[in-house]
Amino acid sequence: MYKWLKVKNPAIVPLKDIPVLTVPEMLEEVVDLIKNEGVRPLHFAGRKTHDNRKVTVTIVLADDVENSLLLSQVVFTADDCYDSLTPQAPIMHLFERELYEQAGIIPLGHPWPKGVRYEHDRVGDLGNFNEYPYLQSEGIRMHEVAVGPVHAGIIEPGSFRFLCYGEQVWHLEIQLGYQHRGVEGLFKTGSILNKSHLSESIAGDTVIGHAWAYAILAELLTDTEVTNRVQAIRAIALELERIAMHLVGLGGIAMDIGYLPGASVYGRLRTAVINTMLKICGSRFGRGLIRPGGVLFDIDTALNLEIVDVLDVLYRDIEKINELFFNMPSVLSRLEHTGTVSKETAKAIGLVGIMAKMSGLSVDSRISHPISIYANERLKPHVLDGGDVFARAKIRVLEIDQSMRLIRRWLGTEVKRNELYVKPGTVKSNHLAVSVVEGWRGEISHMVITGNQSSVLQYKVKDPSFNNWMGLALAVRDNGISDFPLCNKSFDLSYCGFDL
Amino acid sequence: MHDLINVRINQGFQSIKDIKKALPFPRHRGLPVVSEEPCKSECSACVDSCPTGAITLEPVSIDMKKCLFCPECELACPSKKIHFTNNVQISATNPETLIISAKNNKPIIEVDKKIRHIFRRSLKLRSVSAGGCNGCELELNALSNVNFDIGRFGIDFVASPRHADGVVLTGPVSENMAYAFEETIRAIPEPKILILAGACALSGGLFVDSPAINRHLLSTMKVDLYIPGCPVHPLTVANALLAYLGR
Repeated sequence: MYKWLKVKNPAIVPLKDIPVLTVPEMLEEVVDLIKNEGVRPLHFAGRKTHDNRKVTVTIVLADDVENSLLLSQVVFTADDCYDSLTPQAPIMHLFERELYEQAGIIPLGHPWPKGVRYEHDRVGDLGNFNEYPYLQSEGIRMHEVAVGPVHAGIIEPGSFRFLCYGEQVWHLEIQLGYQHRGVEGLFKTGSILNKSHLSESIAGDTVIGHAWAYAILAELLTDTEVTNRVQAIRAIALELERIAMHLVGLGGIAMDIGYLPGASVYGRLRTAVINTMLKICGSRFGRGLIRPGGVLFDIDTALNLEIVDVLDVLYRDIEKINELFFNMPSVLSRLEHTGTVSKETAKAIGLVGIMAKMSGLSVDSRISHPISIYANERLKPHVLDGGDVFARAKIRVLEIDQSMRLIRRWLGTEVKRNELYVKPGTVKSNHLAVSVVEGWRGEISHMVITGNQSSVLQYKVKDPSFNNWMGLALAVRDNGISDFPLCNKSFDLSYCGFDL
Repeated sequence: MHDLINVRINQGFQSIKDIKKALPFPRHRGLPVVSEEPCKSECSACVDSCPTGAITLEPVSIDMKKCLFCPECELACPSKKIHFTNNVQISATNPETLIISAKNNKPIIEVDKKIRHIFRRSLKLRSVSAGGCNGCELELNALSNVNFDIGRFGIDFVASPRHADGVVLTGPVSENMAYAFEETIRAIPEPKILILAGACALSGGLFVDSPAINRHLLSTMKVDLYIPGCPVHPLTVANALLAYLGR
């Protein structure tokens, strides 16, 4: 029988209730659960004990069929090694590299034992950041192209190394870490209840997603209940964020293929949506809205009507531009069969969110691990099977439509004007809390472990970009190198959400 | 073809006509105003509520280099001493004027004659994000969209530092990005300007105490223009650049 604690998202458990596996048990069961039960890893996080002699690894797995999270832990002696899970379960590849970087536990036989983000306080011996061990190639027609970290545009930094045969990309390696600001470390300093601003800055394009995932943890740790009204306002903001960023993606794709009507119309529609966010909370990105214990701003009747008006215009105008964009032969010839990721690949490397849904996988935590208000919605995920840039554009269109419906329904529901904010109490010691929120890119998960006197022993953030960067690297294989910008834009991943 | 023309007609003219007079919606938190009202005795609610230590007492003043423009201090103050307005004229060439109190209530942008002479009609900027969270980056991108359309003033963001007249830095300068930031600055021909955008770039913001940040090089450089915000609003940036160019 498996030794796992089964909980529902979001969850809080006393540390003493989490089962402890032996290393061989863990290796066997994780592989078995991933291969045979189809579960996905959320966290595989190591922390050193006070005397630095041992490393406790907390494992959180997501079971999308049973709608549950599985918790367990395993204790290694410091600098220990084990047989890597990746050869049998490739989905673990980055989690194992991160464990090595953060806690120094060595995955023997890992096919790609490199640094993840070269953290400032890394434990694993990774060498210098500027001497990253890129895969190299030799041959008469083989050549390498280095791009970045400063890219041609207003975009975050990251290094791309292409191995090309003529113009064809055979392999792309992405080196990240330039954006590392020590976010997880900062969560451990001072009170865990004062980290709203930090959570809003994990990825500035996913303010609501990360702030909500954090607020849930702070509320669980303090036994704070928030009202339905608060849940509704948070959910409306989350879906507005999804619409706005999907419009950025569509505009960006249109711009990258030189289809300017698309770029300007999607751009204009997005402005209206983020200005609506500003009307709600004073920030175009939703900063200042979500705090542990509630929200700081209400949506009153007048604002309610204004939001409906914006959605009406959006609904009317987006249909027209979609009609044009997705039927123009010159557009389709650039989008279709470009940068394809197969369903098998997507599943093997564990893509999440829109990048899973565009390649035929139904992964959406609003459906499989719903929080609050989403549990009452009978949402159906939109799933496409193309796996190409076209599918990545189309999935955004479908999701915008879905989000508009959700917001309209929540705005239309008569709700009691009950409390918007309650001050959280004392933080529970020696507990673990975990939350999953479906941001616009996909599954966001935060985990916190507290020690004595409400101190924070570990704070772990998993942005969907952590899962999906590998998808981009594989998508461009066998494509012309000139299609890279289009592929990159269609993935639209976060650098700082990954680098933390 | 008809459909395309219809969409174009429907799109209309979206650009903000007079960008110097345009204001964001009233709820936008721009220039803070510190009133002359006396504080309640021994109250430090505003200081305690500030996540970046931007507020100091006696007299109450807010350092906009550190300010995240969050709603916390305004909500915390029992005397309603601090209030954020939607005024976007919050940028300065002299960082001292970014510290707002009842007395000093207006940041000042001074026009450099030489800069004005060279860049007034054409300013090409290179953006460098060094730990920026993509908030400021998205807003800088928005400057070139159909609404703000900064290109009409001859201001553009270019791909190569060789084509640029200056750098707009966003982010607190992460250690891992410090070298690339330095190289980019070096690649720009003289005369060049350095613009800092957003609380992270201006002061390190939330990350100032993080050991993963390296602001050593930045602290030795001459900064030409400071644009506060978290993130910077496109109207703030547009107005700062226009004022700096003396337009």
